[in-house]
Amino acid sequence: MAIIISKWRELDRWFFIGALISVLLALPVLAILLSYSSLSADLWGHLVDTTLAEYLTNSVLLTLGVGFGSMLLGVTLAWCVTQYSFWGRGVFEWALLLPLAMPAYIMAYTYTGMFDQFGWFDSRSLIGAITFMSLVLYPYVYILAKTAFSSQQRTYQDAAASLGVTHAQYFFKIALPIARPAVFTGMALAMMEALADYGTVAYFGISTFTTGIFRTWFGMGEMQLASQLAGALALFVLLVLSLEKYSRKNMRFYQTQTPAKDNTINTYTNTEATPFISPLLMSVGCFSVLAIAFIIPVLQLCVWAWDYIDISMMDEYLTLVSNSFLLAFSTSLLIIVLALLLSYAQRFSTHPHVSGLTQFAALGYAIPGTVLAIGVLQPLGWLDEQINVVWVFLFDEYIGLVFSGTFVALIFAYCVRFLSVALHNTQNGLERIKPNVDDAVLSLGLGRYRIFSRIHLPLLKKSILAAGILVFVDVLKELPATLILRPFNFNTLAVKAFEYATDERLLAAALPSVTIVLVGIIPVILLTRAMK
Amino acid sequence: MKKIASLYILSLLCTPLWAANLSADNRIVESELNIYSARKEALIKPLLDKFSAQYDVKINLVTGKADALLARAKSEGKFSPVDIIITTDVGRLARAKSQSLTQPITATLPDYVTLKDQESHWVALTTRNRPIIINPLTVDADSITSYEDLIKPEFKGRVCIRSSSNIYNQSLVAAMLIQKGEAQTLAWSKGMVENFARRPKGGDRDQIKAVVSGVCDIAVANTYYLAAMRNADETTQAIANQVKVIWPNQSNRGVHLNISGISVAKHAKNTLAANLLIEYMLQKDAQSWYANTNHEYPVDPSIEWSDTLKAMGTFKHETIELNQVGELNGQALRIMDKAGWR
Repeated sequence: MAIIISKWRELDRWFFIGALISVLLALPVLAILLSYSSLSADLWGHLVDTTLAEYLTNSVLLTLGVGFGSMLLGVTLAWCVTQYSFWGRGVFEWALLLPLAMPAYIMAYTYTGMFDQFGWFDSRSLIGAITFMSLVLYPYVYILAKTAFSSQQRTYQDAAASLGVTHAQYFFKIALPIARPAVFTGMALAMMEALADYGTVAYFGISTFTTGIFRTWFGMGEMQLASQLAGALALFVLLVLSLEKYSRKNMRFYQTQTPAKDNTINTYTNTEATPFISPLLMSVGCFSVLAIAFIIPVLQLCVWAWDYIDISMMDEYLTLVSNSFLLAFSTSLLIIVLALLLSYAQRFSTHPHVSGLTQFAALGYAIPGTVLAIGVLQPLGWLDEQINVVWVFLFDEYIGLVFSGTFVALIFAYCVRFLSVALHNTQNGLERIKPNVDDAVLSLGLGRYRIFSRIHLPLLKKSILAAGILVFVDVLKELPATLILRPFNFNTLAVKAFEYATDERLLAAALPSVTIVLVGIIPVILLTRAMK
Repeated sequence: MKKIASLYILSLLCTPLWAANLSADNRIVESELNIYSARKEALIKPLLDKFSAQYDVKINLVTGKADALLARAKSEGKFSPVDIIITTDVGRLARAKSQSLTQPITATLPDYVTLKDQESHWVALTTRNRPIIINPLTVDADSITSYEDLIKPEFKGRVCIRSSSNIYNQSLVAAMLIQKGEAQTLAWSKGMVENFARRPKGGDRDQIKAVVSGVCDIAVANTYYLAAMRNADETTQAIANQVKVIWPNQSNRGVHLNISGISVAKHAKNTLAANLLIEYMLQKDAQSWYANTNHEYPVDPSIEWSDTLKAMGTFKHETIELNQVGELNGQALRIMDKAGWR
């Protein structure tokens, strides 16, 4: 009896932790949904009559296109680098993550500028937007698929080979279905980012749901309607994610051991099955993707930046670099801790609503940054007011704003926006560890902390590192929320790059842009080394 | 692993400290001035720095999109630290006023100041115009004398202009709405869409480039973009020098005029310094900086224009109540929505 009670308490504690974090992070989304308290038939009527259909069509096409494009690139590349040995594989393995450091709108500006310069063709179309976004977003799929493929057991493959299954059949019938949760997670992240993108589509003049939100808010001055549109966007994403989760509710794939290093790579010689792509083609393919998505635009940016480097501005520039780095670094640590707590709440708590709660907390990723920032400001503004009321009562003076306009607001917004990225990674990692491992360890009388540090952490290391890289780079690139929420006199590289780029000063924007990429590369390289 | 774990904990502990420490910047001290600016930092900071040095006032600046900054000021409410709001468009100033985010300016304004709110909630710092830009090799300059001429059938498939999401187009259409009424404005917008050379995309500079590269023959763009291109690198200069500026509607209402302007925030704590800054921005030094560095038209008529601006020629501009332009912004956008102008 005593054991049951103590166990019950522990479970409840996890639910409490999960619920607390979820509710806190869901506040901005709730603030946005509150806008539905009053609906204007006139305004909605106007939207339905004129632009709504176009917003929807373009957004759906863009999202599906980016989902498909990043899946195609991410899965193919991940499969090649985990399964075969070919020239340059060691480098491509980590280098293929680099495009992640490239903000989509910078990519769009760079290529448009290049094509303009040489008078080739106009890339500013829906197809262009899908291509550019897929090229910078495929790493979400790649990093997750790579982890999934490399942790699949060699025994499956040997068994399949002994039954005469070809490598192609093995990929489609066994490897890909097992990796499906991971691949879908990566696709979902890429698609949500595409859905919330503003910079690229605005520059390309494509009317999407997001540009519609801003037209409604900035152009018509109807912030409420804009919030309602953003809320609809978030609910749509919630629906899709829930459907996917439901569709694989009976599927569970576990990993029972860390695969030995030499097991992860096939070569022609040690397997009877032959790869369905030739090694030379793999090298060329990997290099082409890397060149188009990274090397060419970065070189172009460097050329442009070279003309603009001004030694007297070095101090200011270094401040920008350190601001951006510190912010991204500390935020990613915080988000990883939150994501782990939530993932464990989901694992340990038996409460029926814990999963739904975490799902809701992670909705921020699909909401355009600017709208989300306003969602962050509303509850914080309210809180500031309450604090001041109490403060005046106690000390007879106002304390001013404690949260709004400080780093608390900014970091809070990042947590709401990027928790999803980290959470998908940690959940994915944790789901692959069999629950009976926990039971076995618990029965040995070891506590949950021990399970985590001794058993889970080594198995989760890759997922945590992947989550860290993704969040770090995302924060580094983040623009709209940073722009609104940052404290006085605080700039980041992304803010600088954006200010020049939207002022149509592409050359001046090159230096901060290329620096975002370079700062983003550092953790990618360090962590991929650590992941080996 | 222990090392990593302790590093985690240490960094986590440091995060709030670091955050709290930096947020101390926000405390309001005398002789400080807090500014929300929709003008990009590069286009305002040099001037603010001069002011700061001259009057020993510490300037705290956040830049961003006008409406987002207004939303921030609104949600911060009466504790908002903001003293000064700077925007690049009259619509946002009117919106700030109508949302009770501003208060009357108490500074003594120079006599030449006419572009201001009747209750002094905002004042213009510079003006910006939106003329027609053509390729003189393919278009007869005399065939276009007004915005209305742009919808002539002979220009079908030859006009470039950016998206209706852009504030300068919204102001242009709102101003037309005031002067020509809804029916004519809708007809004009539809005519424009008919004559588009391509789906609206890119910025004003892109429209100018498109005229030169032959995608279209006629564009509508703000003067300072063309002026900046004519002072940029050689390639850009070569492009910008191939186009010609047409000042439309010179025989009637004049070219469309917009302003960049400034307001004192409703809950400003440093109103003295705020009004001092407004006075400073209207002095000769600041006005001539705008004219020569940003290629905007100074509101002070005694200031000499930059050579680039002089070369574009003089013009007559619209004289309408600017607050109204701001108020009709939303309606203008709806008209463009109906016309299919994306």
